[in-house]
Amino acid sequence: MLQLQLQRDLITRARRAAREIVRAQKWLFDGFSSVTVERTVLRLLGVDGASRDGTPFPNLIIDHLKNKQALGRGAAWWMANACAAKKLTPQQTAEAVCQNGLDLTACPAQPDAKVMALLEKQTRAGLDRIRKQKSRREELFAKYGPRRSPAIYVIVATGNIYEDVTQAKAAAGEGADIIAVIRSTAQSLLDYVPYGATTVGFGGTFATQENFRIMRRALDEVSAAEGRYISLTNYASGLCMPEIAAMGALERLDLMLNDAMYGILFRDINPRRTLLDQYFSRMINACAGIEIQTGEDNYLTTSDAVEKAYTVTASQLINEQFALASGMKPEKMGLGHAFEIDPDLENGFLYELAHALLTRELFPKSPVKYMPPTKFVSGNIFKTHLMDALFNLAGQMTNQGVQLLGMMTEAIHTPHLADRSLAIENAQYIFNTARDLGRELQLSPNGFINKRANQVLKEATVFLEKVAQEGLFVALAKGEFAGIKRPEAGGKGHDGVFMKEPGYLNPFLETMKTELEVP
Amino acid sequence: MSKGKDHLIRPYGDTLNDGKMQLSFSLPVPPDERGKEAARTLLKKMGFEEVEVCGMRDLKEGFTHFIAYAGCPVSVDLSKIRVKTVETDVMGLEDTDEYIRTRIGRPLTVIGACIESDAHTVGIDAIMNMKGYNHRYGLERYRYFKAINLGAQVSCEDLLKRARREKADAVLVSQIVTQRNIHVKNLTRLIELAEAEGLRHRMLFICGGPRISHELAIELGYDAGFGSGTYATDVASFIAITLAGRTHKERG
Repeated sequence: MLQLQLQRDLITRARRAAREIVRAQKWLFDGFSSVTVERTVLRLLGVDGASRDGTPFPNLIIDHLKNKQALGRGAAWWMANACAAKKLTPQQTAEAVCQNGLDLTACPAQPDAKVMALLEKQTRAGLDRIRKQKSRREELFAKYGPRRSPAIYVIVATGNIYEDVTQAKAAAGEGADIIAVIRSTAQSLLDYVPYGATTVGFGGTFATQENFRIMRRALDEVSAAEGRYISLTNYASGLCMPEIAAMGALERLDLMLNDAMYGILFRDINPRRTLLDQYFSRMINACAGIEIQTGEDNYLTTSDAVEKAYTVTASQLINEQFALASGMKPEKMGLGHAFEIDPDLENGFLYELAHALLTRELFPKSPVKYMPPTKFVSGNIFKTHLMDALFNLAGQMTNQGVQLLGMMTEAIHTPHLADRSLAIENAQYIFNTARDLGRELQLSPNGFINKRANQVLKEATVFLEKVAQEGLFVALAKGEFAGIKRPEAGGKGHDGVFMKEPGYLNPFLETMKTELEVP
Repeated sequence: MSKGKDHLIRPYGDTLNDGKMQLSFSLPVPPDERGKEAARTLLKKMGFEEVEVCGMRDLKEGFTHFIAYAGCPVSVDLSKIRVKTVETDVMGLEDTDEYIRTRIGRPLTVIGACIESDAHTVGIDAIMNMKGYNHRYGLERYRYFKAINLGAQVSCEDLLKRARREKADAVLVSQIVTQRNIHVKNLTRLIELAEAEGLRHRMLFICGGPRISHELAIELGYDAGFGSGTYATDVASFIAITLAGRTHKERG
């Protein structure tokens, strides 16, 4: 069997350093909250809808509390207090605030016990909706059987959710296991979640609750027809990370892209803001049984895939610790990496095998996510198809959890129906013809692949120990990740972070922490 | 290159002027004989001869993928083809630095960004970042360029504000996403704002991206456009040579 001989002491050291890096952020998680965390609380309490100009009710309510300088207590207490005072549901209260000018801070304070009892009931109801979707997913997997490995993951990106449905159903019919609905470009920087179905998007559709619902319904139908559970994924990333996680949990998405490091480095989102948002969103993901996926592949699209391979490993280990800190189990961590080495490099495929095996073996229980070649892909669709075939071979040989299929028309257009079909045919052919190849082969102990994997592990360990020593925020500000400098107080969304005041309450966070046994 | 009379050329399969082309497309039909005939008919209506549908694949949901070979009955006259391309010479990093030093005598400031909704920095990074792409260092590596890469999703307003503040010599804009011609809209918006703010003729405006040609760039009012396969050396040389030319004109 293909198995590396990794230096165990390095793995221990690297994990220890990553754990220290993440533990050092506890002050942030304990002492601060953000506007999107509070909007998530409202959504979980059952608030939905938007004003006529498209501003979501959760945004209007949080802005209202911010204007009244009342947000330090969190949205939950104000909402429950108003519900108790006015004998309204959270949704009715939201409508009263957004449409009839109800001032939450002017509602007479109700007895503490009454507010807390109501809030407990509302929290339980919110979490029950999520748990119900989690059990439904488990039932369906039990009925249809588990997902294959590597699972076939393809994207749909027409910009029209109804057209996406057609393409997703066709892809599922061809053999796809996971459908990713690509988001409209730039949604990551919107500080609200658009409302309703998308029919005209650029490079994708918006992640909206309605779009989630439309696609989930379609995939449930096709799952029944195929006798195979077809998973759905979208992006809980950007400035509305936890809100989208909550929407995904409510609408039974099965996987979600979720990576603060990616947002910091590649979208210039404020480090504090997004780490805080990620902490809460991963708890929601964990509670909902949603598998997260991280974006380490992006390090290699901007830097050299051989020289900077260690940044992928380092980020995976940090992401693992952040996920553990939110109560996630390794079985739900789709840590990312990519097949991005220059095809002209001699023995490039051996490097790829070394890197893929390293990821696989560092996270043996995790459904690691393998991303296809994009950087050295041109308009030569024939060459790209061949590179995708080698990528699929590496994925099968090293038993990756999720294979995000490359498209021969990468770098040309969002996939056409036939492009996707050819990609699935390519993967199915290789997964089948090389099914047990990895089990039959052994690596020479002092060969290229073993040496290379240990070298990357060594570089990652040294890097993580350095970051642990100086602190994550200092390292980010110095540009030590991906060569991009991101100061702690810079980037988008920083003004949405606030310090919790005495009496601050987030009942979902507290309940989930207990339930998930978060330290 | 051109053979045959009057520079008339046709696709080449294995015999000159056989006109053989490879075609691949999908139709909203089931994968059966009727569908195949629809594919053949379509190609014939397009003017193709000797149509041979060699592949038919079920795409599910009522769609089918066809692969075909066919003979193209028309030809093009190569002597009548004109294209607009960037015509400045391409120099290496050191030669460009030396060129700027001797001809202009000061470092040139270049500001780059992916504008508006575009979040894909792979193009601008390949041109600007230290590392560059495929063994060609980016502008940051040049001694005679001050390269400022603003990254993704920069509004046109912010880009121009920065360009004014830095007294930029050139503005580089990358546009990767092209769905529904969003790149054309974004590029047009930038150039209109630059005109309105009186910046257009104070610096070079250059755009790039996989769907951008020099011709399109000129049409949109830019100084140059670079498509796929462009390296930092192409862009750096263009900026240096064009600005040196302008300096001369101003002096002379």
